[in-house]
Amino acid sequence: MNTLIDIKNLNLYYGTYHALKDVSLTIPEKAVTAFIGPSGCGKSTLLRTLNRMNDMIAGTKIDGRVEITGTDIYSNEVDVETLRKKVGMVFQQPNPFPKSIYDNIAYGPRLHGIRNKQKLDEIVEQSLRQAVLWEEVKDFLKRSAFSLSGGQQQRLCIARALAVNPDILLMDEATSALDPISTLKIEELVQELKDRYTIVMVTHNMHQAARVSDQTVFFLNGEVVEFSETEQLFSNPTDQRTEDYITGRFG
Amino acid sequence: MKQAEVRQEKTSISFKNKKSYILDRVMPILLFLCAAVSIVTTIGIVYTLMSETIGFFRKIPVFDFLFGTKWSPLIAPKSFGILPLLSGTMLITVIACVFAIPVGLACAIYLSEYAPTKVRKIVKPILEVLAGVPTIVYGYFALTFVTPMIRMIFPSTGVFNALSAGLVVGIMIIPMVSSLSEDAMQAVPKSLRNGAFALGATRFEVALKVVVPAAFSGIVSSSVLAFSRAIGETMIVAVAAGATPKLSFNPLESIQTMTGYIVQVSLGDTPHGSIEYGTIYAVGMTLFVITLLLNILALYVARRFREEY
Repeated sequence: MNTLIDIKNLNLYYGTYHALKDVSLTIPEKAVTAFIGPSGCGKSTLLRTLNRMNDMIAGTKIDGRVEITGTDIYSNEVDVETLRKKVGMVFQQPNPFPKSIYDNIAYGPRLHGIRNKQKLDEIVEQSLRQAVLWEEVKDFLKRSAFSLSGGQQQRLCIARALAVNPDILLMDEATSALDPISTLKIEELVQELKDRYTIVMVTHNMHQAARVSDQTVFFLNGEVVEFSETEQLFSNPTDQRTEDYITGRFG
Repeated sequence: MKQAEVRQEKTSISFKNKKSYILDRVMPILLFLCAAVSIVTTIGIVYTLMSETIGFFRKIPVFDFLFGTKWSPLIAPKSFGILPLLSGTMLITVIACVFAIPVGLACAIYLSEYAPTKVRKIVKPILEVLAGVPTIVYGYFALTFVTPMIRMIFPSTGVFNALSAGLVVGIMIIPMVSSLSEDAMQAVPKSLRNGAFALGATRFEVALKVVVPAAFSGIVSSSVLAFSRAIGETMIVAVAAGATPKLSFNPLESIQTMTGYIVQVSLGDTPHGSIEYGTIYAVGMTLFVITLLLNILALYVARRFREEY
């Protein structure tokens, strides 16, 4: 598998707090990579460095390199808006805009200059189909996004992220606020999407990582403890701490 | 033996508390009386206004009052058309709002979306101090500072003019617009902003296309509130806008507003009970109805455009 994201000696500080310690790892293209670890271990922080959402948090300092297809995304010539267009994100809580279902999906494309109604219709349908939501909502696209259930809202947010045609999709504990059935639907969706997108997901739920991901990264206290094929990591971990975590001794 | 005694004591716990019982009965009544004071006052004001206004309209036809184009109740030939006062009021209010709403909104967007927390914590209280400046001070500021500046640009401007008073009324209502709008914007959840940022929106696009629409009902009601505050503003216009009721939309001329007229008559020696004296109730009633309608409009707009989040 080709490497798409290459993180080299990344250190991140929130003020004086050292949140990521010398992280180096590679993320392959068109596969699902899961970040696991206990709360506060830095997994979400690392995820947010990939689309530079950490920039918004005052006092964040970074050194090291985060390369996507060879370009360091923290270098000066990188336009952060273009980066975020290419690296979409889905959050822990579904956060649809207080607009109609249609306008939620069309928001990103409109932002990036698509005005043509027919083109927008196409994008909306295609994105909703990809998020396996089309059949459920096609007859009331004009209805408020808040009329949907939590699981549907989260799939809407996935569709919204897909509508700007990203290469990478980041999912920050995207199912932790959902019921088991909605969670299952999203996991199935992730399986379908990985043929076309590189997916990086943070999850609290080890079993989810085991079910869904191809690679798993285990974090502890801001460090990468272990990084390997998911099967390998769960069946035959090399580090004692990984074994302790996946067998439930802590976390 | 001793143990048994202790047990007996335990079973006779008293659950009565006379003090809290009385307090619970008396406090609601006391608090209701406090609330009633403002309601009774409002009813009293409306009653006085109504009865005096009805008395006035027994002598002067409503039609002449509402559609007459000349206002000269004190000097013969007498005429009671309110349109000149209405146009003066509207002129001031429109100038104030055209100035204050964009500036106030820009201020709110800056404070809510751009300013670092430190800056916001300093600037917001300062802005709110502006709202506490006595309006008479604003009046003199208009007359002695703004008017001379306007006259440097337009030498034909009168000493009393609508532009100067309108601008300063605008300055007065900016904090109202910005503070209330900023509150509405702050109430927009951060997750919505993050959603837009993650799609590649710039800070300005997030402010304009996510935060402002989501806070729109709050912004509109703050604007309408500021509008009705400008309509009712008295001291600034009495000092700086002049006392010439005139059906004119030239901002460089002296005009008179409804509030300005009421001040003029209240302070003068117009005998109580006369038609001339009745005019201030009719004008006051008109003012009351306009602000009431505006507040209803604000409520309606706030509800109609509310984006749930």
